[in-house]
Amino acid sequence: MSQVITNMAGNLWKLLVKEGDEVEVGQEVAILESMKMEIPVEVEIAGTVKEVKKAEGDFVDEGDVLIELE
Amino acid sequence: MFKKVLIANRGEIACRIIRTCQRLGVATVAVYSEADAEAPHVQMATEAYLIGKPRVNESYLQLERILEVAARTGAEAIHPGYGLLSENPMFAKRCKEAGIVFIGPDENVIARMGSKIESRKAMADAGIPVVPGIARPLTDVNEAVHVAKEIGFPVMVKASAGGGGIGMQMVENEQQLRKAYESNQRRASDFFGDGAMYIEKYIENPRHIEIQILADHSGNTIYLWERDCSVQRRHQKVIEEAPSPFLDEETRKEMGEVAVKAAKSLKYTNAGTVEFIVDEHKNYYFLEMNTRLQVEHPVTEEITGLDLVEEQLTIAAGKDLKISQDEVKRCGHAIEARIYAEDPTTFFPSPGTITTFRPSEQPFVRNECAVSEGSVVTPYYDPMIAKVIVSAPDRSQAIERMLKALEDYEVEGIKTNLPMLKKVISHDAFQDGAVTTKFVAHYLQNKPIK
Repeated sequence: MSQVITNMAGNLWKLLVKEGDEVEVGQEVAILESMKMEIPVEVEIAGTVKEVKKAEGDFVDEGDVLIELE
Repeated sequence: MFKKVLIANRGEIACRIIRTCQRLGVATVAVYSEADAEAPHVQMATEAYLIGKPRVNESYLQLERILEVAARTGAEAIHPGYGLLSENPMFAKRCKEAGIVFIGPDENVIARMGSKIESRKAMADAGIPVVPGIARPLTDVNEAVHVAKEIGFPVMVKASAGGGGIGMQMVENEQQLRKAYESNQRRASDFFGDGAMYIEKYIENPRHIEIQILADHSGNTIYLWERDCSVQRRHQKVIEEAPSPFLDEETRKEMGEVAVKAAKSLKYTNAGTVEFIVDEHKNYYFLEMNTRLQVEHPVTEEITGLDLVEEQLTIAAGKDLKISQDEVKRCGHAIEARIYAEDPTTFFPSPGTITTFRPSEQPFVRNECAVSEGSVVTPYYDPMIAKVIVSAPDRSQAIERMLKALEDYEVEGIKTNLPMLKKVISHDAFQDGAVTTKFVAHYLQNKPIK
């Protein structure tokens, strides 16, 4: 199992995947909004989304787990 | 003049407005979010009130809460600064209904200029040059393709309600247009609640030059020369200067008069800025009008000797402009650099705690700061933490002074764009006055600057 971790504090503006989705390396899975800028979150390994840990509109801190993959 | 003014903003602009109010003997009311309890504007104001949680939609955008504070404290007017509620027609309307003066133009003018399509139509009707394109929302992507073929690629796909680069994209062919139309429309709907799209001819190697105007309630309208804001990253300005090194006297005067004509056609009042995109042959086209004070207003203040906040307060209080067009000075050269909390290479935000903050104390340097040592830069707000403005008798001396000021500047604890600013200012293309809006992207990618 692998985790998608945010590398920046901000607001989770958009989730682009849901549980059960297959994701590829480099795919954008979410967009954070920090300091009025859109920050895309990409996955580093391919897999299936097992659990989405945050909801759109949530505030996330640097290091928070966003998604669990398997 | 007003006795008490509420400032519906934060950061450096709130401090800037408070300073002028203090000089004029006007009491000030600050509002702040939980994240800004220790912020400089809270310390500087005569009174300060907590209005909500850190996120802007739970504090600084809570217009009814802000109006309640104004009523409770007896503030006669509200200065909205820039961003946040400054171009929100509903806020201007609600201020009027509450019997409080909104320091800005009428809500109908704000609404008209807030829509890229509406403003473009209004300007075209007033005889102001606009970029070739379509003056109404597109019905669908097929119509976009049809119009693009008529005006010729490349074109810019734009969201009517867009801003700060969101919802806009340059495309070079039909395939790119189809993809960009859908994605930008979706993004505009999500961000602004308005997916109306239009397209314009893409102007190659453009400059961004804007004209500052002032207009009172008696119909007196003057222009305060131009600002050249061509150095941008992610469609946001980084360095601004006045006068523009690109314009000749004839074009400068013509653009100023066109901006006044635009403002008069709208029956505009207060300070405002008419933004133009200018091609390499000095053809200029209306881009948008900002119905508020702008971040880069200090460069105009430096060359004219005017205090634009004072002018705004005076106009809002119902007084006529004190100077005529012939009396507007243009003295020397001024440059402003925006200091952002961001990685200087990727431009990604860099929130954190500022451990060292030492602005330059050189002569002829003006510092407009929103932070001090120990300030926490949060992800909730704009990344701009300070502005440094220099003035000098001519452009080359202003460049020298800016370089020295940036070299002196010390910020630690977070990343800033200071290294990038130094590179831009010392770059030959900038020093030659030969930059376009593509400059930052080209220079960062080591591509030749055309």
